[in-house]
Amino acid sequence: MAETLGISVTQSNKPLPEGVKLPIYMDNHATTPLDPRVLEAMMPYFTGIFGNAASRNHSFGWEAEQGVEKAREQIAKLIGATAKEIIFTSGATESTNLAIKGVAEMYKERGNHIITQMTEHKATLDTCKKLEKQGYRVTYLPVQADGLIDIEDLKRAMDDKTILVSIMYANNEIGVIQPIQEIGKLCHEKGILFHTDAVQAVGKIPVNVITDNIDILSLSGHKIYGPKGVGALYVRRRNPRVQISEQINGGGHERGMRSGTLNVPGIVGLGKACEICGEEMAAEAAREIELRDYLKNKLETALDYTQVNGNLDHHLPGNLNMSFIYVEGESLLMGINDIAVSSGSACTSATLEPSYVLKALGLGDDVAHSSIRFGLGRFNTKAEVDYVSDKIISVVQHLRELSPLYEMVKEGIDLSKIEWAAH
Amino acid sequence: MAYSDKVVDHYENPRNVGTLDKSSSEVGTGLVGAPECGDVMRLQIKVNPVTQVIEDAKFKTFGCGSAIASSSLATEWVKGKTVAEALTISNTDIVKELALPPVKIHCSVLAEDAIRAAIGDWKTKNGVAEEAPVAVAAH
Repeated sequence: MAETLGISVTQSNKPLPEGVKLPIYMDNHATTPLDPRVLEAMMPYFTGIFGNAASRNHSFGWEAEQGVEKAREQIAKLIGATAKEIIFTSGATESTNLAIKGVAEMYKERGNHIITQMTEHKATLDTCKKLEKQGYRVTYLPVQADGLIDIEDLKRAMDDKTILVSIMYANNEIGVIQPIQEIGKLCHEKGILFHTDAVQAVGKIPVNVITDNIDILSLSGHKIYGPKGVGALYVRRRNPRVQISEQINGGGHERGMRSGTLNVPGIVGLGKACEICGEEMAAEAAREIELRDYLKNKLETALDYTQVNGNLDHHLPGNLNMSFIYVEGESLLMGINDIAVSSGSACTSATLEPSYVLKALGLGDDVAHSSIRFGLGRFNTKAEVDYVSDKIISVVQHLRELSPLYEMVKEGIDLSKIEWAAH
Repeated sequence: MAYSDKVVDHYENPRNVGTLDKSSSEVGTGLVGAPECGDVMRLQIKVNPVTQVIEDAKFKTFGCGSAIASSSLATEWVKGKTVAEALTISNTDIVKELALPPVKIHCSVLAEDAIRAAIGDWKTKNGVAEEAPVAVAAH
Protein backbone atom coordinates (compact mmCIF):
# COMPACT_ATOMS: atom_id res chain seq x y z
CA MET A 1 0.00 0.00 0.00
CA ALA A 2 1.11 3.51 -0.69
CA GLU A 3 1.69 5.96 2.10
CA THR A 4 -1.23 6.83 4.32
CA LEU A 5 -1.93 9.69 6.64
CA GLY A 6 -0.82 9.47 10.22
CA ILE A 7 -4.34 10.09 11.44
CA SER A 8 -6.62 7.14 11.09
CA VAL A 9 -10.32 7.31 11.57
CA THR A 10 -10.74 3.58 11.95
CA GLN A 11 -12.25 2.40 15.20
CA SER A 12 -9.63 2.44 17.88
CA ASN A 13 -9.31 -0.49 20.23
CA LYS A 14 -9.34 1.75 23.26
CA PRO A 15 -12.04 0.71 25.72
CA LEU A 16 -14.98 3.10 25.71
CA PRO A 17 -15.24 5.54 28.61
CA GLU A 18 -17.63 4.73 31.44
CA GLY A 19 -21.24 5.33 30.47
CA VAL A 20 -20.66 5.48 26.71
CA LYS A 21 -22.47 2.98 24.54
CA LEU A 22 -22.22 3.09 20.76
CA PRO A 23 -23.88 4.28 18.66
CA ILE A 24 -24.50 7.60 20.43
CA TYR A 25 -27.77 9.38 19.72
CA MET A 26 -27.31 13.16 19.53
CA ASP A 27 -30.10 14.08 17.11
CA ASN A 28 -32.83 15.03 19.56
CA HIS A 29 -34.38 17.67 17.28
CA ALA A 30 -35.37 14.90 14.90
CA THR A 31 -36.98 12.80 17.59
CA THR A 32 -36.41 11.72 21.17
CA PRO A 33 -36.55 8.35 22.87
CA LEU A 34 -39.61 7.67 25.02
CA ASP A 35 -38.97 8.41 28.68
CA PRO A 36 -39.52 5.16 30.65
CA ARG A 37 -41.83 7.08 33.01
CA VAL A 38 -43.98 8.01 30.03
CA LEU A 39 -44.13 4.40 28.87
CA GLU A 40 -45.19 3.34 32.35
CA ALA A 41 -48.05 5.84 32.32
CA MET A 42 -49.19 4.66 28.88
CA MET A 43 -49.10 0.90 29.46
CA PRO A 44 -52.49 0.44 31.19
CA TYR A 45 -54.22 2.21 28.32
CA PHE A 46 -53.23 -0.38 25.73
CA THR A 47 -54.93 -3.32 27.41
CA GLY A 48 -57.03 -2.82 30.57
CA ILE A 49 -58.25 0.71 29.88
CA PHE A 50 -58.86 0.24 26.18
CA GLY A 51 -62.20 2.02 25.91
CA ASN A 52 -63.20 4.58 23.32
CA ALA A 53 -63.04 7.94 25.03
CA ALA A 54 -66.17 8.92 23.11
CA SER A 55 -68.23 6.07 24.57
CA ARG A 56 -70.63 7.76 26.99
CA ASN A 57 -72.60 4.75 28.18
CA HIS A 58 -70.16 2.58 30.10
CA SER A 59 -67.18 2.67 32.40
CA PHE A 60 -64.74 1.57 29.67
CA GLY A 61 -65.40 4.84 27.86
CA TRP A 62 -65.43 6.91 31.05
CA GLU A 63 -62.07 5.59 32.21
CA ALA A 64 -60.47 6.28 28.85
CA GLU A 65 -61.98 9.76 28.89
CA GLN A 66 -60.55 10.39 32.36
CA GLY A 67 -57.09 9.57 31.05
CA VAL A 68 -57.58 11.94 28.11
CA GLU A 69 -58.87 14.78 30.27
CA LYS A 70 -55.99 14.41 32.71
CA ALA A 71 -53.60 14.70 29.78
CA ARG A 72 -55.41 17.79 28.53
CA GLU A 73 -54.84 19.40 31.93
CA GLN A 74 -51.16 18.40 31.96
CA ILE A 75 -50.56 19.91 28.51
CA ALA A 76 -52.53 23.07 29.27
CA LYS A 77 -50.56 23.58 32.49
CA LEU A 78 -47.24 23.42 30.68
CA ILE A 79 -48.16 26.23 28.27
CA GLY A 80 -50.37 28.38 30.49
CA ALA A 81 -53.61 27.45 28.72
CA THR A 82 -56.90 25.97 29.93
CA ALA A 83 -57.79 22.34 29.21
CA LYS A 84 -60.68 23.25 26.91
CA GLU A 85 -58.21 25.02 24.59
CA ILE A 86 -56.30 21.81 23.78
CA ILE A 87 -57.21 19.80 20.65
CA PHE A 88 -55.55 16.44 20.11
CA THR A 89 -54.09 15.55 16.71
CA SER A 90 -51.81 12.95 15.15
CA GLY A 91 -48.76 15.19 15.49
CA ALA A 92 -47.45 18.65 14.89
CA THR A 93 -47.66 18.42 11.10
CA GLU A 94 -51.38 17.87 11.39
CA SER A 95 -51.65 20.58 14.05
CA THR A 96 -49.93 23.09 11.79
CA ASN A 97 -52.05 22.10 8.79
CA LEU A 98 -55.19 22.46 10.88
CA ALA A 99 -54.10 25.83 12.26
CA ILE A 100 -53.15 27.46 8.98
CA LYS A 101 -55.78 25.92 6.70
CA GLY A 102 -58.40 26.19 9.44
CA VAL A 103 -57.81 29.92 9.92
CA ALA A 104 -57.49 30.60 6.19
CA GLU A 105 -60.83 28.97 5.52
CA MET A 106 -62.64 30.44 8.53
CA TYR A 107 -61.48 34.01 7.97
CA LYS A 108 -61.41 34.15 4.16
CA GLU A 109 -64.15 36.79 4.09
CA ARG A 110 -61.92 39.05 6.14
CA GLY A 111 -58.73 38.65 4.15
CA ASN A 112 -56.52 36.36 2.13
CA HIS A 113 -53.03 37.28 3.31
CA ILE A 114 -50.76 35.13 5.49
CA ILE A 115 -47.29 36.03 6.77
CA THR A 116 -44.68 33.42 7.62
CA GLN A 117 -40.90 33.21 7.29
CA MET A 118 -38.33 31.40 5.18
CA THR A 119 -36.83 29.19 7.88
CA GLU A 120 -40.10 27.55 8.94
CA HIS A 121 -40.52 23.80 9.01
CA LYS A 122 -41.90 22.26 5.80
CA ALA A 123 -45.20 21.61 7.57
CA THR A 124 -45.78 25.36 7.49
CA LEU A 125 -44.08 26.15 4.17
CA ASP A 126 -45.80 23.39 2.21
CA THR A 127 -49.19 24.25 3.74
CA CYS A 128 -48.72 27.89 2.74
CA LYS A 129 -47.69 26.89 -0.78
CA LYS A 130 -50.87 24.88 -1.12
CA LEU A 131 -52.94 27.86 0.03
CA GLU A 132 -51.18 30.06 -2.52
CA LYS A 133 -52.51 27.75 -5.24
CA GLN A 134 -55.98 28.34 -3.83
CA GLY A 135 -55.64 32.10 -4.19
CA TYR A 136 -54.20 33.15 -0.84
CA ARG A 137 -51.29 35.57 -0.71
CA VAL A 138 -48.33 34.50 1.40
CA THR A 139 -45.37 36.63 2.49
CA TYR A 140 -42.24 34.67 3.39
CA LEU A 141 -40.17 36.98 5.58
CA PRO A 142 -36.40 36.73 5.28
CA VAL A 143 -34.29 36.23 8.40
CA GLN A 144 -31.19 38.12 9.46
CA ALA A 145 -27.76 36.51 9.45
CA ASP A 146 -28.32 35.29 13.02
CA GLY A 147 -31.63 33.62 12.14
CA LEU A 148 -33.93 36.14 13.83
CA ILE A 149 -36.66 37.90 11.89
CA ASP A 150 -36.69 41.68 11.84
CA ILE A 151 -39.86 42.95 13.55
CA GLU A 152 -39.84 45.95 11.20
CA ASP A 153 -40.07 43.56 8.24
CA LEU A 154 -43.07 41.94 9.88
CA LYS A 155 -44.72 45.33 10.49
CA ARG A 156 -44.19 46.33 6.88
CA ALA A 157 -45.61 43.06 5.59
CA MET A 158 -48.91 43.46 7.49
CA ASP A 159 -51.83 44.95 5.59
CA ASP A 160 -55.59 45.12 6.01
CA LYS A 161 -56.00 41.73 4.33
CA THR A 162 -53.63 39.93 6.69
CA ILE A 163 -55.49 37.28 8.68
CA LEU A 164 -52.67 35.15 10.09
CA VAL A 165 -49.03 35.33 11.10
CA SER A 166 -47.31 31.96 11.50
CA ILE A 167 -43.82 32.15 12.98
CA MET A 168 -42.11 29.22 14.67
CA TYR A 169 -41.09 29.54 18.32
CA ALA A 170 -37.66 27.91 17.92
CA ASN A 171 -35.98 26.60 14.81
CA ASN A 172 -35.32 22.88 14.42
CA GLU A 173 -31.98 23.29 12.64
CA ILE A 174 -30.29 26.29 14.21
CA GLY A 175 -32.15 26.46 17.54
CA VAL A 176 -32.86 30.18 17.25
CA ILE A 177 -35.76 31.43 19.39
CA GLN A 178 -37.84 34.14 17.70
CA PRO A 179 -39.14 37.21 19.61
CA ILE A 180 -42.51 35.53 20.10
CA GLN A 181 -43.88 37.89 22.74
CA GLU A 182 -43.21 40.90 20.53
CA ILE A 183 -44.63 39.23 17.43
CA GLY A 184 -47.76 38.25 19.34
CA LYS A 185 -48.19 41.74 20.75
CA LEU A 186 -47.92 43.27 17.30
CA CYS A 187 -50.47 40.81 15.90
CA HIS A 188 -52.92 41.56 18.71
CA GLU A 189 -52.58 45.29 18.16
CA LYS A 190 -53.47 44.80 14.50
CA GLY A 191 -56.21 42.23 15.09
CA ILE A 192 -54.28 39.51 13.28
CA LEU A 193 -54.23 35.93 14.56
CA PHE A 194 -50.87 34.49 15.59
CA HIS A 195 -49.96 30.81 15.19
CA THR A 196 -46.64 29.42 16.33
CA ASP A 197 -45.07 26.06 15.58
CA ALA A 198 -43.65 25.45 19.05
CA VAL A 199 -42.57 21.86 18.50
CA GLN A 200 -38.94 22.48 19.48
CA ALA A 201 -39.71 24.94 22.27
CA VAL A 202 -42.50 23.41 24.35
CA GLY A 203 -41.03 21.40 27.20
CA LYS A 204 -37.54 22.79 26.63
CA ILE A 205 -37.99 26.47 27.49
CA PRO A 206 -40.81 28.35 29.25
CA VAL A 207 -43.75 28.86 26.88
CA ASN A 208 -46.85 30.73 28.04
CA VAL A 209 -49.63 31.42 25.59
CA ILE A 210 -50.95 34.33 27.68
CA THR A 211 -47.74 36.30 28.25
CA ASP A 212 -46.43 35.31 24.80
CA ASN A 213 -49.64 36.58 23.11
CA ILE A 214 -50.11 33.31 21.20
CA ASP A 215 -53.50 32.48 19.66
CA ILE A 216 -52.77 29.06 18.18
CA LEU A 217 -49.85 26.76 18.99
CA SER A 218 -48.69 23.43 17.56
CA LEU A 219 -46.85 20.88 19.68
CA SER A 220 -45.73 17.30 19.34
CA GLY A 221 -45.24 14.30 21.63
CA HIS A 222 -42.13 12.70 20.20
CA LYS A 223 -39.91 15.76 20.53
CA ILE A 224 -40.39 15.80 24.31
CA TYR A 225 -39.72 12.14 25.19
CA GLY A 226 -43.33 11.21 24.51
CA PRO A 227 -44.74 8.87 21.86
CA LYS A 228 -44.82 9.42 18.10
CA GLY A 229 -48.13 9.86 16.32
CA VAL A 230 -49.66 12.26 18.81
CA GLY A 231 -49.66 16.03 19.03
CA ALA A 232 -51.87 18.89 20.08
CA LEU A 233 -53.13 22.24 18.95
CA TYR A 234 -53.83 25.04 21.38
CA VAL A 235 -56.71 27.23 20.19
CA ARG A 236 -57.39 30.34 22.26
CA ARG A 237 -60.96 30.68 23.59
CA ARG A 238 -60.99 34.29 24.82
CA ASN A 239 -59.31 37.63 24.00
CA PRO A 240 -59.73 36.84 21.16
CA ARG A 241 -61.89 33.74 20.71
CA VAL A 242 -60.29 31.92 17.78
CA GLN A 243 -62.31 29.83 15.40
CA ILE A 244 -60.87 27.37 12.94
CA SER A 245 -62.56 25.33 10.23
CA GLU A 246 -62.16 21.62 10.81
CA GLN A 247 -60.14 19.74 8.19
CA ILE A 248 -61.21 16.20 9.13
CA ASN A 249 -64.88 15.32 9.39
CA GLY A 250 -66.57 12.33 10.95
CA GLY A 251 -68.13 12.37 14.41
CA GLY A 252 -67.37 15.82 15.72
CA HIS A 253 -64.71 14.84 18.24
CA GLU A 254 -62.60 17.53 19.90
CA ARG A 255 -65.41 20.07 19.86
CA GLY A 256 -65.87 19.53 16.17
CA MET A 257 -62.38 20.69 15.29
CA ARG A 258 -60.83 17.27 14.75
CA SER A 259 -62.92 14.16 14.25
CA GLY A 260 -61.59 10.67 14.80
CA THR A 261 -61.34 8.26 17.72
CA LEU A 262 -58.77 9.55 20.16
CA ASN A 263 -55.38 7.85 20.45
CA VAL A 264 -55.83 7.34 24.18
CA PRO A 265 -52.46 5.72 25.09
CA GLY A 266 -50.63 8.30 22.97
CA ILE A 267 -52.53 11.17 24.54
CA VAL A 268 -51.86 9.86 28.05
CA GLY A 269 -48.17 9.64 27.10
CA LEU A 270 -48.14 13.17 25.73
CA GLY A 271 -49.71 14.42 28.96
CA LYS A 272 -47.17 12.61 31.12
CA ALA A 273 -44.31 13.87 28.92
CA CYS A 274 -45.54 17.45 29.42
CA GLU A 275 -45.81 16.95 33.18
CA ILE A 276 -42.21 15.68 33.41
CA CYS A 277 -40.92 18.54 31.23
CA GLY A 278 -42.68 21.06 33.42
CA GLU A 279 -41.13 19.66 36.58
CA GLU A 280 -37.62 19.22 35.23
CA MET A 281 -37.30 22.02 32.68
CA ALA A 282 -35.23 24.50 34.65
CA ALA A 283 -32.63 21.97 35.80
CA GLU A 284 -32.54 20.13 32.47
CA ALA A 285 -32.14 23.33 30.43
CA ALA A 286 -29.23 24.41 32.64
CA ARG A 287 -27.61 20.99 32.25
CA GLU A 288 -27.99 20.98 28.46
CA ILE A 289 -26.63 24.52 28.14
CA GLU A 290 -23.57 23.47 30.11
CA LEU A 291 -23.05 20.40 27.89
CA ARG A 292 -23.66 22.45 24.75
CA ASP A 293 -21.16 25.14 25.74
CA TYR A 294 -18.64 22.49 26.75
CA LEU A 295 -19.00 20.84 23.33
CA LYS A 296 -18.74 24.18 21.54
CA ASN A 297 -15.68 25.33 23.46
CA LYS A 298 -13.89 22.04 23.00
CA LEU A 299 -14.45 22.08 19.25
CA GLU A 300 -13.52 25.75 18.90
CA THR A 301 -10.34 25.30 20.92
CA ALA A 302 -9.11 22.34 18.90
CA LEU A 303 -10.16 23.44 15.42
CA ASP A 304 -9.78 26.61 13.37
CA TYR A 305 -12.29 27.81 10.77
CA THR A 306 -15.38 26.79 12.72
CA GLN A 307 -18.54 28.86 12.84
CA VAL A 308 -21.63 28.61 15.03
CA ASN A 309 -24.82 29.18 13.06
CA GLY A 310 -27.72 31.03 14.66
CA ASN A 311 -27.93 33.61 17.43
CA LEU A 312 -26.56 32.02 20.61
CA ASP A 313 -28.25 34.49 22.97
CA HIS A 314 -31.70 33.44 21.76
CA HIS A 315 -31.12 29.73 21.56
CA LEU A 316 -32.51 26.34 22.54
CA PRO A 317 -30.47 24.74 25.33
CA GLY A 318 -29.61 21.49 23.51
CA ASN A 319 -28.87 22.86 20.04
CA LEU A 320 -25.51 23.47 18.45
CA ASN A 321 -25.23 24.03 14.71
CA MET A 322 -21.63 24.33 13.67
CA SER A 323 -19.84 24.61 10.34
CA PHE A 324 -16.44 23.00 9.92
CA ILE A 325 -15.36 25.03 6.94
CA TYR A 326 -13.28 23.36 4.19
CA VAL A 327 -14.63 19.96 5.18
CA GLU A 328 -17.56 18.49 3.28
CA GLY A 329 -20.47 17.41 5.51
CA GLU A 330 -21.13 13.99 4.09
CA SER A 331 -17.50 12.95 4.40
CA LEU A 332 -17.60 14.18 7.98
CA LEU A 333 -20.68 12.10 8.73
CA MET A 334 -18.98 9.09 7.15
CA GLY A 335 -16.16 9.41 9.65
CA ILE A 336 -18.47 9.62 12.64
CA ASN A 337 -20.81 6.79 11.75
CA ASP A 338 -21.09 5.68 15.36
CA ILE A 339 -22.67 9.03 16.24
CA ALA A 340 -26.17 10.11 15.17
CA VAL A 341 -26.21 13.81 14.26
CA SER A 342 -27.56 15.71 11.24
CA SER A 343 -25.73 17.40 8.40
CA GLY A 344 -26.57 20.68 6.70
CA SER A 345 -25.47 18.98 3.54
CA ALA A 346 -28.16 17.23 1.58
CA CYS A 347 -25.60 15.49 -0.61
CA THR A 348 -26.94 12.08 0.34
CA SER A 349 -30.15 12.86 -1.51
CA ALA A 350 -30.27 13.17 -5.27
CA THR A 351 -30.09 16.96 -5.07
CA LEU A 352 -26.89 18.78 -4.25
CA GLU A 353 -28.75 21.58 -2.48
CA PRO A 354 -27.75 22.24 1.11
CA SER A 355 -30.17 23.19 3.89
CA TYR A 356 -32.58 26.01 2.98
CA VAL A 357 -32.46 27.22 6.58
CA LEU A 358 -28.68 27.74 6.49
CA LYS A 359 -28.95 29.36 3.06
CA ALA A 360 -31.58 31.76 4.45
CA LEU A 361 -28.93 32.95 6.93
CA GLY A 362 -26.79 33.87 3.94
CA LEU A 363 -24.32 31.02 4.31
CA GLY A 364 -22.50 30.08 1.12
CA ASP A 365 -23.18 26.60 -0.17
CA ASP A 366 -19.68 25.50 0.78
CA VAL A 367 -20.15 26.54 4.42
CA ALA A 368 -23.67 25.10 4.56
CA HIS A 369 -22.32 21.82 3.20
CA SER A 370 -19.86 21.66 6.10
CA SER A 371 -22.45 22.07 8.87
CA ILE A 372 -23.39 19.63 11.58
CA ARG A 373 -26.41 19.88 13.87
CA PHE A 374 -25.89 18.49 17.35
CA GLY A 375 -29.12 17.90 19.24
CA LEU A 376 -28.43 17.25 22.90
CA GLY A 377 -31.21 15.77 24.97
CA ARG A 378 -32.29 14.42 28.32
CA PHE A 379 -30.30 11.21 28.06
CA ASN A 380 -26.98 12.58 26.78
CA THR A 381 -24.09 12.58 29.24
CA LYS A 382 -20.85 14.50 29.57
CA ALA A 383 -18.93 11.31 28.74
CA GLU A 384 -20.85 11.11 25.46
CA VAL A 385 -20.11 14.75 24.67
CA ASP A 386 -16.42 14.02 25.26
CA TYR A 387 -16.50 11.02 22.96
CA VAL A 388 -18.37 12.95 20.25
CA SER A 389 -16.12 16.02 20.40
CA ASP A 390 -12.90 13.94 20.35
CA LYS A 391 -14.18 12.03 17.37
CA ILE A 392 -15.29 15.14 15.47
CA ILE A 393 -11.92 16.78 16.10
CA SER A 394 -9.96 13.80 14.82
CA VAL A 395 -12.14 13.35 11.72
CA VAL A 396 -12.12 17.07 10.85
CA GLN A 397 -8.33 17.12 11.19
CA HIS A 398 -8.05 14.04 8.97
CA LEU A 399 -10.32 15.54 6.32
CA ARG A 400 -8.56 18.88 6.40
CA GLU A 401 -5.27 17.11 5.73
CA LEU A 402 -7.08 15.94 2.61
CA SER A 403 -8.73 19.27 1.78
CA PRO A 404 -7.17 21.35 -1.01
CA LEU A 405 -9.32 24.29 0.13
CA TYR A 406 -7.90 24.20 3.66
CA GLU A 407 -4.35 24.08 2.27
CA MET A 408 -5.02 27.00 -0.09
CA VAL A 409 -6.54 29.14 2.65
CA LYS A 410 -3.62 28.35 4.94
CA GLU A 411 -1.32 29.58 2.16
CA GLY A 412 -3.26 32.84 2.04
CA ILE A 413 -5.08 32.20 -1.23
CA ASP A 414 -8.46 33.92 -1.52
CA LEU A 415 -10.82 31.15 -2.65
CA SER A 416 -13.36 33.64 -3.93
CA LYS A 417 -10.81 34.89 -6.48
CA ILE A 418 -10.47 31.46 -8.09
CA GLU A 419 -12.51 30.72 -11.18
CA TRP A 420 -14.15 27.46 -10.22
CA ALA A 421 -15.64 25.31 -12.92
CA ALA A 422 -19.12 24.52 -11.62
CA HIS A 423 -20.15 21.01 -12.52
CA MET B 1 -26.02 5.47 2.63
CA ALA B 2 -23.98 2.31 2.54
CA TYR B 3 -20.50 2.65 1.09
CA SER B 4 -18.59 -0.18 -0.55
CA ASP B 5 -15.64 -1.59 1.40
CA LYS B 6 -13.27 -0.11 -1.18
CA VAL B 7 -14.67 3.40 -0.73
CA VAL B 8 -14.37 3.04 3.03
CA ASP B 9 -10.78 1.79 2.68
CA HIS B 10 -9.73 4.75 0.52
CA TYR B 11 -11.56 7.15 2.85
CA GLU B 12 -9.86 5.79 5.96
CA ASN B 13 -6.47 5.18 4.35
CA PRO B 14 -6.24 7.56 1.43
CA ARG B 15 -3.28 6.87 -0.89
CA ASN B 16 -0.88 9.56 -2.06
CA VAL B 17 -2.24 12.50 -0.12
CA GLY B 18 -0.12 15.58 -0.49
CA THR B 19 1.29 18.34 -2.60
CA LEU B 20 3.91 18.48 -5.34
CA ASP B 21 5.79 21.65 -6.28
CA LYS B 22 3.45 23.13 -8.85
CA SER B 23 6.12 25.48 -10.16
CA SER B 24 8.30 22.55 -11.29
CA SER B 25 8.24 21.93 -15.03
CA GLU B 26 7.90 18.20 -14.39
CA VAL B 27 4.69 18.67 -12.39
CA GLY B 28 1.21 19.01 -13.81
CA THR B 29 -1.64 20.22 -11.60
CA GLY B 30 -5.35 19.71 -12.14
CA LEU B 31 -7.86 21.55 -9.96
CA VAL B 32 -11.47 20.67 -10.75
CA GLY B 33 -14.88 21.11 -9.18
CA ALA B 34 -16.20 23.98 -7.08
CA PRO B 35 -16.65 24.54 -3.35
CA GLU B 36 -20.32 25.44 -3.72
CA CYS B 37 -20.98 22.10 -5.39
CA GLY B 38 -19.39 20.31 -2.47
CA ASP B 39 -16.54 18.79 -4.52
CA VAL B 40 -13.05 20.10 -5.27
CA MET B 41 -10.26 17.79 -6.39
CA ARG B 42 -6.63 18.66 -6.89
CA LEU B 43 -4.55 15.99 -8.59
CA GLN B 44 -0.86 16.44 -9.34
CA ILE B 45 1.51 14.32 -11.39
CA LYS B 46 5.28 14.33 -11.68
CA VAL B 47 6.37 13.22 -15.13
CA ASN B 48 9.78 11.93 -16.19
CA PRO B 49 10.76 14.28 -19.03
CA VAL B 50 12.52 11.51 -20.95
CA THR B 51 10.16 8.53 -20.65
CA GLN B 52 6.95 10.52 -20.04
CA VAL B 53 6.20 8.08 -17.24
CA ILE B 54 4.22 9.46 -14.28
CA GLU B 55 6.63 8.81 -11.44
CA ASP B 56 4.63 10.35 -8.67
CA ALA B 57 1.08 11.49 -8.07
CA LYS B 58 -0.54 13.33 -5.20
CA PHE B 59 -4.07 14.48 -4.45
CA LYS B 60 -6.18 16.47 -2.06
CA THR B 61 -9.97 16.40 -2.22
CA PHE B 62 -12.76 18.33 -0.56
CA GLY B 63 -15.85 16.22 -1.03
CA CYS B 64 -17.83 13.21 0.04
CA GLY B 65 -16.32 9.79 0.72
CA SER B 66 -16.85 8.69 -2.87
CA ALA B 67 -15.05 11.77 -4.19
CA ILE B 68 -12.11 11.13 -1.86
CA ALA B 69 -12.00 7.47 -2.89
CA SER B 70 -12.24 8.28 -6.61
CA SER B 71 -9.30 10.68 -6.50
CA SER B 72 -7.25 8.44 -4.21
CA LEU B 73 -7.76 5.57 -6.64
CA ALA B 74 -6.90 7.83 -9.59
CA THR B 75 -3.47 8.59 -8.10
CA GLU B 76 -2.80 4.88 -7.61
CA TRP B 77 -3.73 4.14 -11.20
CA VAL B 78 -1.77 6.91 -12.91
CA LYS B 79 1.47 6.15 -11.09
CA GLY B 80 3.83 4.17 -13.30
CA LYS B 81 1.79 4.80 -16.43
CA THR B 82 2.93 7.00 -19.26
CA VAL B 83 0.99 10.18 -19.86
CA ALA B 84 -0.71 8.62 -22.88
CA GLU B 85 -1.67 5.52 -20.92
CA ALA B 86 -3.08 7.61 -18.07
CA LEU B 87 -5.37 9.37 -20.53
CA THR B 88 -7.11 6.07 -21.24
CA ILE B 89 -8.42 5.83 -17.65
CA SER B 90 -12.12 6.52 -17.78
CA ASN B 91 -14.68 7.30 -15.15
CA THR B 92 -16.50 4.03 -15.78
CA ASP B 93 -13.38 2.13 -14.69
CA ILE B 94 -13.53 4.05 -11.39
CA VAL B 95 -17.26 3.43 -10.95
CA LYS B 96 -16.67 -0.29 -11.46
CA GLU B 97 -13.66 -0.55 -9.16
CA LEU B 98 -15.33 1.36 -6.30
CA ALA B 99 -18.89 0.06 -6.90
CA LEU B 100 -20.21 3.63 -6.87
CA PRO B 101 -24.02 4.05 -6.85
CA PRO B 102 -25.62 6.15 -9.64
CA VAL B 103 -25.91 9.23 -7.38
CA LYS B 104 -22.11 9.21 -6.98
CA ILE B 105 -21.11 8.85 -10.64
CA HIS B 106 -20.27 12.55 -10.79
CA CYS B 107 -17.40 11.83 -8.35
CA SER B 108 -15.80 9.48 -10.86
CA VAL B 109 -16.32 11.99 -13.67
CA LEU B 110 -14.56 14.59 -11.58
CA ALA B 111 -11.62 12.24 -10.97
CA GLU B 112 -11.27 11.62 -14.72
CA ASP B 113 -11.44 15.38 -15.28
CA ALA B 114 -8.72 15.85 -12.66
CA ILE B 115 -6.38 13.41 -14.44
CA ARG B 116 -6.98 15.15 -17.77
CA ALA B 117 -6.52 18.59 -16.25
CA ALA B 118 -3.23 17.59 -14.60
CA ILE B 119 -1.91 16.11 -17.83
CA GLY B 120 -3.14 19.14 -19.78
CA ASP B 121 -1.27 21.44 -17.41
CA TRP B 122 1.92 19.39 -17.77
CA LYS B 123 1.60 19.43 -21.56
CA THR B 124 1.10 23.19 -21.66
CA LYS B 125 4.11 23.74 -19.46
CA ASN B 126 6.30 21.50 -21.60
CA GLY B 127 4.97 22.47 -25.01
CA VAL B 128 3.94 18.91 -25.73
CA ALA B 129 1.66 18.55 -28.73
CA GLU B 130 -1.68 16.89 -28.15
CA GLU B 131 -0.63 13.98 -30.34
CA ALA B 132 2.50 13.01 -28.47
CA PRO B 133 4.35 10.22 -30.29
CA VAL B 134 4.21 7.76 -27.44
CA ALA B 135 3.03 4.21 -27.81
CA VAL B 136 -0.25 3.51 -26.05
CA ALA B 137 -0.20 0.28 -24.13
CA ALA B 138 -3.40 -1.64 -23.63
CA HIS B 139 -5.06 -0.57 -20.42
